[in-house]
Amino acid sequence: MQLSLDQISKKVGAEQWLYDMSLAPRSGEVTVLLGATQAGKTSLMRIMAGLDVPTQGKVLVNQADVTGMPVRERNVAMVYQQFINYPSLRVADNIASPLKLRGEKDIERKVRGLAERLHIDMFLDRYPAELSGGQQQRVALARALAKGAPLMLLDEPLVNLDYKLREELREELTQLFAAGDSTVIYATTEPGEALLLGGYTAVMDGGELLQYGPTAEVFHAPQSLRVARAFSDPPMNLVPALPAAQGLQLAGGPALALKLPEAPAQRLASFTAGVRGSALRVTAREGDVALPGKVELAEISGSDTFVHVATAVGELVAQLTGVHYFDLGAPVTLYLDPAQVYVFDAEGALLLAPRRSHGAY
Amino acid sequence: MARIDLDLAHAYRPNPREDSDYALLPLTMSFRDGGAYALLGPSGCGKTTMLNIMSGLLVPSQGSVKFDGVDVTRATPQQRNIAQVFQFPVIYDTMTVAENLAFPLRNRKVPEEQIKKRVGEIAEMLDMSGQLNQRAAGLAADAKQKISLGRGLVRPDVSAVLFDEPLTVIDPHLKWQLRRKLKQIHHELKLTLIYVTHDQVEALTFAEEVVVMTRGRAVQTGSADALFERPRHTFVGHFIGSPGMNFLPATVSGGALRVADRPLALPPGRAMPDGELKLGVRPEYVVKTAPGDPAALPFTVTLVQDIGTHWMLTARIGEHTLKARLNPASRAPQVGEEIWLQVMGTHTCLYLNDELVEA
Repeated sequence: MQLSLDQISKKVGAEQWLYDMSLAPRSGEVTVLLGATQAGKTSLMRIMAGLDVPTQGKVLVNQADVTGMPVRERNVAMVYQQFINYPSLRVADNIASPLKLRGEKDIERKVRGLAERLHIDMFLDRYPAELSGGQQQRVALARALAKGAPLMLLDEPLVNLDYKLREELREELTQLFAAGDSTVIYATTEPGEALLLGGYTAVMDGGELLQYGPTAEVFHAPQSLRVARAFSDPPMNLVPALPAAQGLQLAGGPALALKLPEAPAQRLASFTAGVRGSALRVTAREGDVALPGKVELAEISGSDTFVHVATAVGELVAQLTGVHYFDLGAPVTLYLDPAQVYVFDAEGALLLAPRRSHGAY
Repeated sequence: MARIDLDLAHAYRPNPREDSDYALLPLTMSFRDGGAYALLGPSGCGKTTMLNIMSGLLVPSQGSVKFDGVDVTRATPQQRNIAQVFQFPVIYDTMTVAENLAFPLRNRKVPEEQIKKRVGEIAEMLDMSGQLNQRAAGLAADAKQKISLGRGLVRPDVSAVLFDEPLTVIDPHLKWQLRRKLKQIHHELKLTLIYVTHDQVEALTFAEEVVVMTRGRAVQTGSADALFERPRHTFVGHFIGSPGMNFLPATVSGGALRVADRPLALPPGRAMPDGELKLGVRPEYVVKTAPGDPAALPFTVTLVQDIGTHWMLTARIGEHTLKARLNPASRAPQVGEEIWLQVMGTHTCLYLNDELVEA
């Protein structure tokens, strides 16, 4: 099904919850709504579901105007952060309910299959109240998947789970989404989750839709500073810079040799240089610039170490693979290949993104 | 400050018979005086039970707890002289920040002069000096939790400070600052700190030693480096790292290794006992290599994800799946393509009955 939001906005009292936006999530694919809390993700989903009516604009399904059509007349499945189950039904019957409603056959096998994928098959005979919060959440998720609705809306469905379980379920969900033909809208605050889900991403901030496109493309070419901030974890390092003979001059630091594109003079008056944590290294390569500093903290995730370093250009966070130890306050030099730098203009619009050697898109 | 020795087990039901009857299986463990420890594991692993036994909120069903060699198994938290910080702020809203921080000291009748000095020091460490005279009621959740941390740390004479998921309510963007504070504070105050969490970043960043727990067992106690490089148990390999370690079935027969039904070279000098093993290799250490490499196996690519900093590759050999984090500057493999991936190297671990076989 093709859902389209046509110049919608939402105002509640004097407060603007959603600013004028149009969005047509790719049919049959996953669209991730990425943004911090209060970015407007839930407000937007409620409009998509038909739970709320936009103040202005239209909601179209397969070109038909459904603005104002109540949710029960639409075929939508939605899972909220606060999951809802039927308390008087066993887990198996909770999951089976949409299948029974449709008069499907082979219900038991389908229920078991979904329960296995969500790791709740051992609870099928229990009642929701006998399960932990995370288990109840997975029951609600299984029921939404069983519904097989053409439009599936998932609002941070994995948010309260242990991270290992989240990792496993995210993988199961990705496979289920790929196997089905539902249009899936998946809200998350985590950039890493958006990348793992793939598909398409709509970046939101403060009630605005900032950018929509294939997830990897949005990540590698954020059109503005705001998108870069929202779609980076650890946050992209941002350093003010001024024009220089060979490229740009970092405030308080070295010059970077870069070929900037042609642009009107006012766009080239001042810049912000953006450096992803993964572009910073502690070993030098030819052509690197050096950024000496002192370690503020090394955060260790296992797969990566995030080193916070106070330097002359401000605090930088470097992402190193594996486990690395640094004493607090120890001197360290970070190295950067200027070709890995994003350049944003005086207004915060993207001027230059690092070229990707393998040309993935 | 104290050294803590545990030699105990705990079951919430009487007459435990099977392993699953125990919240904590029999264990002996020591926490060094002045050390920073984390208890890490999924919900239900027993970490909170262990913390509550150390704090004195729970008496173990068998065995003993010793502080500096003295048996305190039945002593209350007050008698043990323990400070605790919980998930949610425990503070007095009507008091100022300074009064809140001073409360544990006033309770213990510490002279006012000393209280003032100590509250000043703690406030300085937590960047709260400017807010000392503000009422706690008006503060944001993370500021309130900072006060809770401060109250836990304010008494210099405690045996240990116990933290139960203290950063749960903190905004993700502020978490790293508090992690840093905790680390600095440990450095400066040299208190014995024990920290319960299900978050690996929190545990690995904060602690000198992490106790990894699952199903009532402490499966490994070690530094972040040891847990990542040499997991002593397959659970640790799986739990630490995202995604965790890959495991492939392996057989050793007459000194020859077969993995997923294909021969694989053992490194020179690395003899293995005959039997059924598991080969463990982390996604970070899997490397694409030339066909026929004796340290590699042929895989079929099933999924390639651009995760921004790397290619995340999912590949199959027989019915087994493996994940690899490949260099983003390399060409992305195609789904369906056959590629050789090196799975045997210096970082590869072998497991017998889920326990590491030492090289």
